[in-house]
Amino acid sequence: MPAVRLEGLTKIFANDAVGRRVARTIAAATGAPSLTAVDHIDLDVRDGEFFSMLGPSGSGKTTTLRMIAGFELPTEGRVLLHGVDVSTQPPFQRDVNTVFQDYALFPHMSVSDNVAYGLVVRKVPKTERVRRVGEALDMVRLTGFDKRRPSQLSGGQRQRVALARALVNRPRVLLLDEPLGALDLKLREEMQIELKAIQQQVGITFIYVTHDQEEALTMSDRLAVFNRGRIEQVGAPAEVYERPATAFVAGFVGTSNLLRDDVARAVVGQGGTFTVRPEKIRLAEPEDPVGSDETSALGRIRSVVYLGPDTRFVVTLDAGAELVVTQQNLVTSSMDALALEGKAVRLIWKRTHNYRVADSAA
Amino acid sequence: MTSGTRATPPELTPALAGSARRRLAAALHRRPRLRLGLLLAGPAGWLVIAYLGSLAILFLNAGWSRDPFTGLVHRDWTLANFGQLVTNPLYRTVALRTVGMAIAVTVTCALLAFPIAYYMARVASPRVRGLLVVAVLMPLWSSYLIKAYSWRQILSNDGVLNWALSPLGIHGPGLNEVGLWLVLTYLWLPYMILPVFAGLERIPTSLLEASADLGGRGLMTFRRVILPLVFPALVAGSIFTFSLTLGDYIAPSLITTTQFIGNVILANFGVPNLPLAATLSLVPLVIVTIYLLIARRLGAFEAL
Repeated sequence: MPAVRLEGLTKIFANDAVGRRVARTIAAATGAPSLTAVDHIDLDVRDGEFFSMLGPSGSGKTTTLRMIAGFELPTEGRVLLHGVDVSTQPPFQRDVNTVFQDYALFPHMSVSDNVAYGLVVRKVPKTERVRRVGEALDMVRLTGFDKRRPSQLSGGQRQRVALARALVNRPRVLLLDEPLGALDLKLREEMQIELKAIQQQVGITFIYVTHDQEEALTMSDRLAVFNRGRIEQVGAPAEVYERPATAFVAGFVGTSNLLRDDVARAVVGQGGTFTVRPEKIRLAEPEDPVGSDETSALGRIRSVVYLGPDTRFVVTLDAGAELVVTQQNLVTSSMDALALEGKAVRLIWKRTHNYRVADSAA
Repeated sequence: MTSGTRATPPELTPALAGSARRRLAAALHRRPRLRLGLLLAGPAGWLVIAYLGSLAILFLNAGWSRDPFTGLVHRDWTLANFGQLVTNPLYRTVALRTVGMAIAVTVTCALLAFPIAYYMARVASPRVRGLLVVAVLMPLWSSYLIKAYSWRQILSNDGVLNWALSPLGIHGPGLNEVGLWLVLTYLWLPYMILPVFAGLERIPTSLLEASADLGGRGLMTFRRVILPLVFPALVAGSIFTFSLTLGDYIAPSLITTTQFIGNVILANFGVPNLPLAATLSLVPLVIVTIYLLIARRLGAFEAL
């Protein structure tokens, strides 16, 4: 039985005060006055998996999460937790807990009081409460911080308190709404590893909302790519990255290297939309030979960006499109690469790396 | 210097004046303390002379005494008036009555203000919220005297309140302490609503969601999250309702025949026994000072 099942889940923001506020935010993010935030979503999240909902702002991923938590009521469709329809249950009756984007720690309570809140509310006896709060703080490596106030903690520490406060209740599903969004890169990478480790340790289903494709790819067992209130693809990270179902997924998860219609006919030999990952492409001299199992295209290097371990080239194809090519800086130094701007090149890649995608709805 | 200025060709004067201004600006920039001093000299002078000065005079007066036969003021400072305050049971009764009224009005205002402020801050649409803020502020635009007199008419024996209640067979509170409690609650309610409204508006929605998410129902969320967070704002509002009630003498004299501190002070102006009036004025001053010290400990000043 799936941990979470969404059936035809739809959210159209009604004409009340809260609805208008949320709808305005979404309209501002997408540039469309549309009020349909989530549009008939069907999804199964398996028990015990780390599942990410990936998409740009306004794509409906947070609204979907809020409907699972119970903060929003679906306009249509159902939310099932372990087979039980909870669509109209208030948040306090659902066996899920949330880690909020802004952490939402209670500023007037100490760290241990924050973590104990769910246990106090559920009238867990004091001795058990103290033990479980201690365990939860141990797990997020905040032992000894119990007397501090949230205002005396760093962003990363607050994030850990929020995690402990949710996990201490031992929910069957933990919802995380861009929990690492406010942290700096270094800390974010550390927390990604730690979160994943904690998830494996406690074995709780994690549903993780993020707009960061790298985060989604590194942490998830599976992920769903959201666009305009719909899910474009669900799958394991490698599957979504290597075999994007739509042009949108190809562009959002990774770099959008699209060959369309005439360009596709010229380069690949067939019409339609194709994508090729930038790291699969090799830069060569225009006169270099091309193997029978390879695709190639002539072009000119428009710009070179040095990224440390890699260099990124933007190449304008003679056929008309632009392709991004990344090369690891194994032998060549970046200095040599920078001198290549304006040079005519041949791009070569394996035919098997041409991947046909469906065009996303506008 | 003057002659030098006169000798300067006219077209050069603005440039010179400009450079003098610039030099002054530069000099002030180098001396931030002097700049601050010049900026604050006016307001600080006003505070010291008009405010602290009058307090000092009040305190000085409080120790003087009035000769009952000649009516002249003896300017030798004694504690005699303060002794009267303690020994004369009338003053103690009046002081306690006034403080009691201030507490009653404050608690009532807090109880009334919370639901209104909550609706304004967290339920109403932006449009309705704007209208409500105006509606709460509107009574403050009309004269205090008119409002007090209107209430006198409303509460009087053949007033509109008794007329409205008569079909139910109930009689209104009439012109007494209960009536005064109603009037003062009406008068000071906006001063409670506004800080509580601001305090409630500052609570992020996610905190309420987090409480619900962790299993807290409405009452639990109110008791453990909303109330503690809005408490400093309630105390901030109570500073107004409490001290305004403590010092008021017009509403008490219009609505009741009972004596409150303000009336007693006013009566001593009439006698005239200004020294005793000054001593009596120190009573609400001391009470409010104690109240403010408590309020500061409760974090009310951060909520203002």
